[in-house]
Amino acid sequence: MTTSTERRPRVRLALPPTRVVAWILLGIGVVVAIVPFVWMVSGSFRTEADLYGAPESLFPGEWTIDGYIRIWTELPFLRVVLNSFIFAGLTTLLCLLFDSMCAYALARMRFRGRKIAFWLVIATLMIPAQVTLIPVFVELFNLGWLNTYQGLIVPRATSAFGIFMLRQFFLSIPTELDEAARIDGAGHLRIYARVILPLAKPALATLAVLHFMNLWNDLLWPLAMTSTTEMRTLPAALTLFGGQHVNDHAVLLAGATISLLPLALAFFLAQRYFVQGVAQTGLK
Amino acid sequence: MSNTTTLPAGGGLHPAGRKAPRARRFGRRSWTAWLFAGPSLAIILVFIAFPIVQSFWFSLHDWRIGAAEQEWLGLANYERLAADPLFWNALRVTLVFALMSVVAQLILGYAAASALQSERLLARIVRSVYFFPTIVALATIGLVWRFLLDPNIGLVAGITTWLGLPAVGWLQDPALALPTVIFVSVWKNVGFTMIILLAGLKGVPPHLYEAARLDGARGWQLTRYVTLPSIRPTLLFTTMILTINSFQVFDLVYVMTNGGPLFATDTLVNMMFREGFQNFDIGYASAIAWVLFLIIAVLSAFQLRIFRYDDVD
Repeated sequence: MTTSTERRPRVRLALPPTRVVAWILLGIGVVVAIVPFVWMVSGSFRTEADLYGAPESLFPGEWTIDGYIRIWTELPFLRVVLNSFIFAGLTTLLCLLFDSMCAYALARMRFRGRKIAFWLVIATLMIPAQVTLIPVFVELFNLGWLNTYQGLIVPRATSAFGIFMLRQFFLSIPTELDEAARIDGAGHLRIYARVILPLAKPALATLAVLHFMNLWNDLLWPLAMTSTTEMRTLPAALTLFGGQHVNDHAVLLAGATISLLPLALAFFLAQRYFVQGVAQTGLK
Repeated sequence: MSNTTTLPAGGGLHPAGRKAPRARRFGRRSWTAWLFAGPSLAIILVFIAFPIVQSFWFSLHDWRIGAAEQEWLGLANYERLAADPLFWNALRVTLVFALMSVVAQLILGYAAASALQSERLLARIVRSVYFFPTIVALATIGLVWRFLLDPNIGLVAGITTWLGLPAVGWLQDPALALPTVIFVSVWKNVGFTMIILLAGLKGVPPHLYEAARLDGARGWQLTRYVTLPSIRPTLLFTTMILTINSFQVFDLVYVMTNGGPLFATDTLVNMMFREGFQNFDIGYASAIAWVLFLIIAVLSAFQLRIFRYDDVD
């Protein structure tokens, strides 16, 4: 792709024309990718009059924090933010624990039914959550778990993808390490906690980021399993609020900005894990 | 980590010949193993495996939540689906959405990946920018784009008016709504496609290019005869993921148009959600879920055949 540059004379006045065109297109792409976010943040500081009066403007004519004040007063916003953290945070932790335990058993232990267990995991990789949504809703109804934290969290507290990915990772860890620990008298629990998990930190971090992101962003699941504003997560609360207050643009944009902040911050600090996680999803 | 990635990078999914360790005497008692695997397997059985069967059972009934007795319908729900123009509409919308968005994402994602292979700072920054929308909730993206495309307050209408063109109601016009939603979906996912294809491009051995160049291949010929054949597994893999994901589209449609106007963007999942959670017609919604499940199962079986995840010792 950059081959033409090698055959050019050393002193060049300009980039080859194909590169120029490529970079112009890439630049347009950057603008198209960024502007919606700039507009979202700027819109959250604008008045309705300003939005209607100057839709062509990317920045506020006059700044107001009215949107941010109203999102706190018109929604139990703190509660909703807290719900998002509880749902995404706790579920991620449980997922990492259960997935890694199951992956350890599949990668390091011999037991009757292991093949069946492995096939069960692989088969469920292919079942999208949308398809099981209704029966799970009915199950939670029968359990009395609708609109509760346990109803939101427990059914999501493991992921076939996580088990599969960690099993692959554990298989790549040399068994000599287990054997050394075993000679020192360690049992499975100890090998799992002291040998395998520390070595699997990069895989666990990637998986943690991936799970947290997917759960934080999920709309369909909390929308279906909760019924009061007090139990909603951010995406569900904002979507329903947006359905009723169609014209409270600044309020909704303020909510959207706040809901994006934690992930955006994490992305700037640990982009590598996001990219690795997403590059491995595939099987989600 | 790179050696265990589930991504085929220019080669097969797994390096051949890696096998699980051989049986050992250690840990013969399998109850320890079941303690380890138990929590995950229990959740999978109760909340995924059993529900998929139950879903089919529901679809054979006129199922009402909390009713003492559920009326048996046999295949009547499926007959009703086959006669329901809204179902065929949802199937068509979903297929159009999948086809258009997958093709556009592959083309743009490939273009971005091949233009941004360099590890120089500028290329890395541009890659980050393209990737960023991937981490943002579809609900947020749908909301922001709904406003951006609003004919009264949106930036897009602002710009077209400023250019002297009419302000278009992108999401209000039945002919424009679906292409618009597809555009937003592609806008979000190009970075995702780019990252996956980039892994494939990096796996192409440089000596292949050198050899082809010695044979006189230039520009497009290098792409056609070296790059594309080398990343064929990655391309297939990406196509499968994107297709499977786009058959499940819900968030974007629900937030941007809720299936409208005039059902122009009513996808299968959106229709299922409406029937199940708004009309509480659980049996009918389950029939839609099973149709979706069968479509995805066929696609997944195809994926499995190509990429062999079945390497249990």
